[in-house]
Amino acid sequence: MTDNGRYAVIGKPLPKVDAASRVTGQAVYADDMLLPRTLHCRILRSPHPHARIVSIDTSAARRMPGVHAVITGADLPIKFGILPVTQDERALEHEKVRYVGDPIAAVAATDEEIAAAACDAIAVEYQVLEPVMSIDAALGRPKDERIQDYGGPNNIHKLVALEFGDVDGGFARADHVREDVFFFQGNTHLPMEQHSAVATYIDGKVTLWSSTQVVHYVHRALAKVLELPMNRIRVIGAAHGGGFGGKTDPFAHEIIVAKLAMITGRPVKCTLTREEVFYAHRGRHPVLMWVRTGVTSDGRITAMHFKSALDGGAYGSYGVASTFYTGALQTVTYDIPAYRFEGCRVFTNKPPCGPKRGHGTPQPRFAIELHLEKIARDLGIDPVEMKRANFVKPMTRTVNWMRVTSCGLEECTELVMKASGYRERERRSGRGMGFAISSYLSGAGTAIYWNDMPHSEVQIKVDRGGVTAYCGAMDIGQGSDSVLAAVVAEELGLQPKDIRLVTADTDTTPIDLGSYSSRVTFMAGNAALEAARKMRALLVEAVEASGRKYEEVSFEEASVLAEARFGTLTTAGSYTPPKIAGPYKGSGVGPSPAYSYSACVVDLDADPRTGLIHLNKVWIAHDVGRAINPLLVEGQVEGSVYMGLGEALMEEQTFRKGLHKWPSMLEYKSPTFLDMPDVETFIVETNDPEGPYGAKEAGQGPLLPVIPAVNAAVFDALGIWVDEVPVTPEKIVEALRRRDKGEPPRYGPQRFPEIPYPPTIKVDPPPRDLDRAAAASI
Amino acid sequence: MVALEVNGERTELLLPVHKTLLEVLREDMQLTGTKHGCELGECGTCTVLVDGKPELSCLLLPIQIEGRAVTTVEGLASGSRLHPLQQAFAELGAAQCGYCTPGILLASKSLLDTNQRPTRDEIREALAGNLCRCTGYMKILEAIELAAERMSTHSPSPLAGKEGMGRISDR
Amino acid sequence: MLRLPRFKYLRPKTAREAAQMASDLGPRAMFVAGGTDLFPKLKRRQFEVDALIGLDFLPRTIHRGDDETIVDAGVTLASASSSAELRGDYPGYAEAAGLVSSPPLRNAGTIGGNLCVDTRCNYYDMTYEWRKAAGFCMKKDGDICLVAPSSSRCWAVSSSDTAPMAIALGALVTLAGPNGDRELPVAALYKDDGIDYMAKQPSEVVTSLQLHAAGATRTAYVKLRRRGSIDFPIAGAAVALRLDGPLVTSCRIVLSAVASHPLEAAEAGEFMIGRRVDEESAKAAAEIAAKPAKPLDNADLSHFWRKRMVRVVVEQALKRAGDR
Repeated sequence: MTDNGRYAVIGKPLPKVDAASRVTGQAVYADDMLLPRTLHCRILRSPHPHARIVSIDTSAARRMPGVHAVITGADLPIKFGILPVTQDERALEHEKVRYVGDPIAAVAATDEEIAAAACDAIAVEYQVLEPVMSIDAALGRPKDERIQDYGGPNNIHKLVALEFGDVDGGFARADHVREDVFFFQGNTHLPMEQHSAVATYIDGKVTLWSSTQVVHYVHRALAKVLELPMNRIRVIGAAHGGGFGGKTDPFAHEIIVAKLAMITGRPVKCTLTREEVFYAHRGRHPVLMWVRTGVTSDGRITAMHFKSALDGGAYGSYGVASTFYTGALQTVTYDIPAYRFEGCRVFTNKPPCGPKRGHGTPQPRFAIELHLEKIARDLGIDPVEMKRANFVKPMTRTVNWMRVTSCGLEECTELVMKASGYRERERRSGRGMGFAISSYLSGAGTAIYWNDMPHSEVQIKVDRGGVTAYCGAMDIGQGSDSVLAAVVAEELGLQPKDIRLVTADTDTTPIDLGSYSSRVTFMAGNAALEAARKMRALLVEAVEASGRKYEEVSFEEASVLAEARFGTLTTAGSYTPPKIAGPYKGSGVGPSPAYSYSACVVDLDADPRTGLIHLNKVWIAHDVGRAINPLLVEGQVEGSVYMGLGEALMEEQTFRKGLHKWPSMLEYKSPTFLDMPDVETFIVETNDPEGPYGAKEAGQGPLLPVIPAVNAAVFDALGIWVDEVPVTPEKIVEALRRRDKGEPPRYGPQRFPEIPYPPTIKVDPPPRDLDRAAAASI
Repeated sequence: MVALEVNGERTELLLPVHKTLLEVLREDMQLTGTKHGCELGECGTCTVLVDGKPELSCLLLPIQIEGRAVTTVEGLASGSRLHPLQQAFAELGAAQCGYCTPGILLASKSLLDTNQRPTRDEIREALAGNLCRCTGYMKILEAIELAAERMSTHSPSPLAGKEGMGRISDR
Repeated sequence: MLRLPRFKYLRPKTAREAAQMASDLGPRAMFVAGGTDLFPKLKRRQFEVDALIGLDFLPRTIHRGDDETIVDAGVTLASASSSAELRGDYPGYAEAAGLVSSPPLRNAGTIGGNLCVDTRCNYYDMTYEWRKAAGFCMKKDGDICLVAPSSSRCWAVSSSDTAPMAIALGALVTLAGPNGDRELPVAALYKDDGIDYMAKQPSEVVTSLQLHAAGATRTAYVKLRRRGSIDFPIAGAAVALRLDGPLVTSCRIVLSAVASHPLEAAEAGEFMIGRRVDEESAKAAAEIAAKPAKPLDNADLSHFWRKRMVRVVVEQALKRAGDR
């Protein structure tokens, strides 16, 4: 498969183009900026999970020396939100608060201490309402009033019911049918950098520097709430200190600093405290899941019915998409001939959940991997072999219309099986190995705001100074700038470090929708490829017109010849995903121009007395299509394994008495150097037909299999199922106690609630030869 | 008036006494390479060296460390030549978002100053106070091992000396 | 960024002077040594002060004598854990010092500070804003206990790793007061109260820790926490025992993080006397030791599980000490 020899840059483990600035402290993150006359902003937040605001008195705060402005919701009444269908947030709420941490007022002062003291001096009178803190409570009648005034019944936000193929027939055909219930606890991104934004208002224009993953969507939200045309707002992505999906919404503090800059005429900065980062959240939804699958006696799936209930927190955020995602990708790894999905998201009085690495898919992935393990054991078949027998094949359409192109599931599985010695593993009590697979998108096939425009655009300028590439994509540490540089360098015959980059600046760069859904390498990479090839064609034409060959002249000479011939040298490229969504409502969530695939084996020791787990090693293979830079791919894979292990074993966002139980880095457990085992990473290259040089995503997919592999390994070690995450020692001990009492050897949810799902929308499966013509043309 | 010695330079500053070293470095000395993640001693991001040992700048007052030498990430490179640790971190992709990197580099430097060839477990122990959310720690461990090897054998980086713009003729 | 409140910083030259300052200024002044416990709590407004009295002057030496080893209170936890003298004579003590928090905090934190570390509770070790939202508790700004609302006392948890080991060793502390020095067994330094947890006068400075000559004393400390680093103990056991041949002649077992003070399991220690340290005796002693431990729902993981784990840490500590 490998043809890396063709390339000078692609496939080489080169340092990131910004590596030097990151290791010397020179990269300027938003909080590092201190413009002259900067005012500092602090935000007053709700102490109640659910309350009506009766009055807000800011007079004492306004009188404090050093305070320049105090604003409340009355100053920013227009609602916004990341999805067009859920514009339900306010930068500052003046009518009602919906979680502890909901922003109410903001102060700009000469220093942060004064701003904090002024916040404390704001008097707010509340009418406290009964909080809704669980899925069950949200499904029932609210005691006082609903959290949001849309959706329903009760505190239900969104209901979905879809059916593909003949599900009842599939179950009737099955030799064995099994049902399981699983729970995935919520958790958060915990980027090391606390969110930060700085705004100025000069010459009637707002400029905002922010630690955001999506300058474009922040740009849109600012325009809407500030009631300014987009051309009077500029959003720039500052050096980024980690996102993982947590900086993918437009946030209150971004709008607030812009407004305060407009009022005061001075730069205003707001950096969230760590506790506030927990309230900003948008992390992993807690999801309760029920799954029923029919199989033949040799383990072939005949039908699957999957139900999910998502605890969404207080606002919409990406929640509608998250809900669909809990049902979308089951079919992308396993050939499921008939599939029914019923999803539900509820509002609760907690910080809003949203997209975290794997967005809506780690929870169902965890559920179906364990569910299939259990079915294999019911049938007395090796779980690995049963899963393999159901693997989806390359170049197919799934029953729910997902178009699969390249697929390296087989190769990934074989690599981790061999390297880990899974099949020959030592069988002793307390030691276990677990296996799981997964898949993830290389960018969403449809944009958040449906339109026919490209999802990513790149411009290249060549002049006497060299090459500059412009793109709206935001490097959040994953190395998207380095990917752009690699693509342009490869095409023009340069080194990545020769390429100057201007990225993530809404004034100067063409649009890219942002660093989310693992879209940047695929989409911005393709856009860069097109722009670079056009530029190369101009250079070649000019050089050849002078009677020489492009390879024979220096780059400077080539660019002089071309500039003399054509004038200003600029080219542009763009990427629009193929129209592959199925013919049904909700089909926009799940389709992707390509899917990555991963397989993972976890080796651990579990102590039956304490329930404590010691991780021995993790093997992971990831089908990235092509590794544009293997160093960066490995980094993404290893980081995903780390985050998956954290979620599997210790990370959880839980609440007590209406409050976040532990909004601190001490009590929210993030694995340390001593908790992380060695990881052996294998890169699998399947050369995707539509990816740039064959590349697919690497940043999210490898997290997914790690979590079920941990639970499977715990079963392998101790013979008990922990059907929820995190797998804490107390849950293991409890499952063992139940086993010893003769009860089912299991810890996990007992039941799935009654949910008023609507009648299912029945969708015919796609015709078998749907993509044949398209595939033939690739 | 407090006299601080940071990266070999002595500076006298008039400061409110309750300002932490972290705040003074970032806000009064423009040494923003030192980052912060919690300001409560829970994440290690703001690690600096005090007399060669890693301490957390969010939990130190300048008045407490008068007369002691402070090293921040800005003090690691010699001019524009990177410290071997910085070089190895850059080459091996040990810095993704780079936000925890200054603290981890300094803790690593302190380790290698006292233990030239630490084992992987010794590195894990020494860095156990520094959280990173991006890398899964693997590339960091590899980079420290590479730097230790180069420092103890004085072998230069293979990339050193390869500066200058690439040319088509390089191919 | 979370910031410190304003305060004056006083720099006495001696412990006596420091004690006099504290005595003069009253409860609105606090001592600061390493600052690793104090500064976070000031930032979260759990402590309110007008002045900090710096203990930077405290000597930082470990004096090994024939009859005793004296550890100056200013010795950092990192120095204590790596000290050849302490590792040789009192491995359990060095172990405990080396398990406190994380490496950078051990470079700042002192052994005197770790003896005085504030009791902890996850309703209390929160920011001002969080505590305000939760409703303040009796340990700071409020009048009820949020863990046990019907209780008239505070149940915050003693979270020192080194204090249990010092008590098991029968160590003494020297306290400097405005009127002179006094010595006290470490065991007498604590009270069973989450708020008023120290028996010393607030104006007294811990200046040193005296450990009796180790002789044949074998020590071990086992700490339970979620992660390999950073976390406070959620259960811990310190053991110091002596053997005559194979049989135990003396044994002290002290638990950390299960009560508002380091909790000595005297009955379990006595049980070991005259026995060999083996699987069976360690198990039986651990069973006895766990009985008085009363973890509540105010620390990491469930208190039911933590209660069970007390047995495990005691058993492991006994066996490890016996093997030394």
